[in-house]
Amino acid sequence: MELTPQDKSSEQSPESIEAGEKERWASLIGGGAMVLMGLRQRSLRGVLMAVAGGGLLYQGAKKQSTLKQAQEALGLNQPIKVEKTVTINKPAAELYSYWRDFEKLPTFMKHLESVTVLDDKRSHWVAKAPLDAKVEWDAEIIQEQENELIAWASTEDADIENSGFVRFKPAPGNRGTEVKVVMEYNPPGGAIASALAKLFGEEPDQQIGDELRRFKQLMEAGEIATTEGQPSGRD
Amino acid sequence: MKAVCWQSANNVRVDNVPDPKILNPRDAIVKITSTAICGSDLHIYGGYIPTVQKGDIIGHEFMGEVVEVGKGVNNLQVGDRVVVPSTIGCGRCYYCERDMWSLCDNSNPNGWMEEKLFGNITSAIYGYSHLLGGYAGAQAEYIRVPFADVGVLKVPKELPDEKLLFISDAIPTGYMGAELCDIQPGDTVAVWGCGAVGQFAMISAYMMGAERVIAIDRFPERLEMARKYAKAETINYEEVDPGDALKEMTGGRGPDCCIDAVGLEAHGVGVEDFYDQTKQKLKLETDRPHVLRQMMVACRKGGTLSIMGVYGGFVDKMPLGAAFNKGLTFRMGQMHGQKYMRLLLQLVLDGKLDPSFIVTHQLPLDEAPHAYKIFQQKQDNCVKVVLKP
Ligand SMILES: [Zn+2]
Ligand SMILES: [Zn+2]
Repeated sequence: MELTPQDKSSEQSPESIEAGEKERWASLIGGGAMVLMGLRQRSLRGVLMAVAGGGLLYQGAKKQSTLKQAQEALGLNQPIKVEKTVTINKPAAELYSYWRDFEKLPTFMKHLESVTVLDDKRSHWVAKAPLDAKVEWDAEIIQEQENELIAWASTEDADIENSGFVRFKPAPGNRGTEVKVVMEYNPPGGAIASALAKLFGEEPDQQIGDELRRFKQLMEAGEIATTEGQPSGRD
Repeated sequence: MKAVCWQSANNVRVDNVPDPKILNPRDAIVKITSTAICGSDLHIYGGYIPTVQKGDIIGHEFMGEVVEVGKGVNNLQVGDRVVVPSTIGCGRCYYCERDMWSLCDNSNPNGWMEEKLFGNITSAIYGYSHLLGGYAGAQAEYIRVPFADVGVLKVPKELPDEKLLFISDAIPTGYMGAELCDIQPGDTVAVWGCGAVGQFAMISAYMMGAERVIAIDRFPERLEMARKYAKAETINYEEVDPGDALKEMTGGRGPDCCIDAVGLEAHGVGVEDFYDQTKQKLKLETDRPHVLRQMMVACRKGGTLSIMGVYGGFVDKMPLGAAFNKGLTFRMGQMHGQKYMRLLLQLVLDGKLDPSFIVTHQLPLDEAPHAYKIFQQKQDNCVKVVLKP
């Protein structure tokens, strides 16, 4: 199909182009409302809660788009924050519905032992920790848009406060769906990051990347590629 | 089972290891009847490929008989005779769906390593380092074949292995090397390297309409093979400078297309060779790019370079000015075997292609250490070894 110049201009205003380039989680999370109060709470969780609370005017942090920028602006370096995106060759609805069934998440999230759904909003998470230890918490969905977004946060009394969202966005040119995960882990009382590193690996970035890749393999190929259990001359 | 296990640079051993098992629904287990040593296995043997570990089973060119299938494989049965492509593709990602199987998104479980190094993940290859998946290789009695419901080629029982085996790796690699040249009628194609891939690239170039094929190597027996079976004119680069010779042979223009069937262990002559050998030994450069440099200077203006020899890391001192000012096109990549195998089988069935000329040695699997040695040293006129488990 050929676009006339007029079509183009009506489709992409200068503003929307800028918004596309400088992707803000405000706009990811949707609704347009957000940020100031959330950022004052110095955490992604705060942001998500603020959005869920609604009614806040979007202002101030317009250009503070990515996680890193926000982090720098606020001088946050204690919590572990991760932002990763992968493109999956499947429609958003299919990916969303698999993910929304939280009890299936341990299939591709290796650090999780189990997730138990308690009710429509709340679920109980058990993660593996070294030396057969376990870390548990309750989480609740604080924002949800069917086939587009799921945002969650741990409840107030969690051992490790954590929050995040997963966003499903159709990729251009029939390339499937861009699945983006943003997550944040807050150790209790601002404890050192190494305690978390034990749980989520030396490089949480890589771990979330691996988990997203396994999700992609499962959704596209129907199974997760593995070499565990194959022979070698080391056995 | 018995398997060829890499120990250290220039040292492989035939060990007893556990039999492979079905690990995923789309797996099959194949009993190997023939497996070859590929030229690119020599890069592993010599210790040039990073992330190969002691004890890894190597080898990626093979065929055999299906002995077990996973519950997700409906189109193969126990007893089927199959040729398996050396690159592993899932068949369902963006790249596999577009016949770019060696760029598969989903077959490499160690993708993070590759993503860090190359920026993206490509397909896994059997027995070709942990960077490229860490799958157990084919120089063994049995092998686990992942995603066996796609890509695996069923072949008739009556043809001998030697006519079918190389459809696994060497023939599609050579064929793709020629295809990437986009050969026009009347073109002259120069091929660096007269190993199996080079020979099949030359034969394929003629099939695609090349008028002349010129082969470059330094071993008389390989050059002789190129003359006899691939109908090529030849240049021995230890006797004459290939750049000058190619110019003279092509009326001062240079070849229209240049194919690299050598890769990162190319040998050169003189100071340049010393420079690359030294840097590679000091790990300042992972790959020795003699052939690339020669191709960039020798190729005619506006010509195409097709790179099928394996490169793993970094090269330097490249005459990019030549390539830029001459407007050269570079095309390259691991081969998309699954795209070509059916066509290649048909050529063999029709009698238009008989690849068995390439085999100079057939040895039992137990003699793999000897086979690697004679292939690497080019002793006993060795061009291609087939191992029989
Ligand atoms: Zn090969
Ligand atoms: Zn694939």
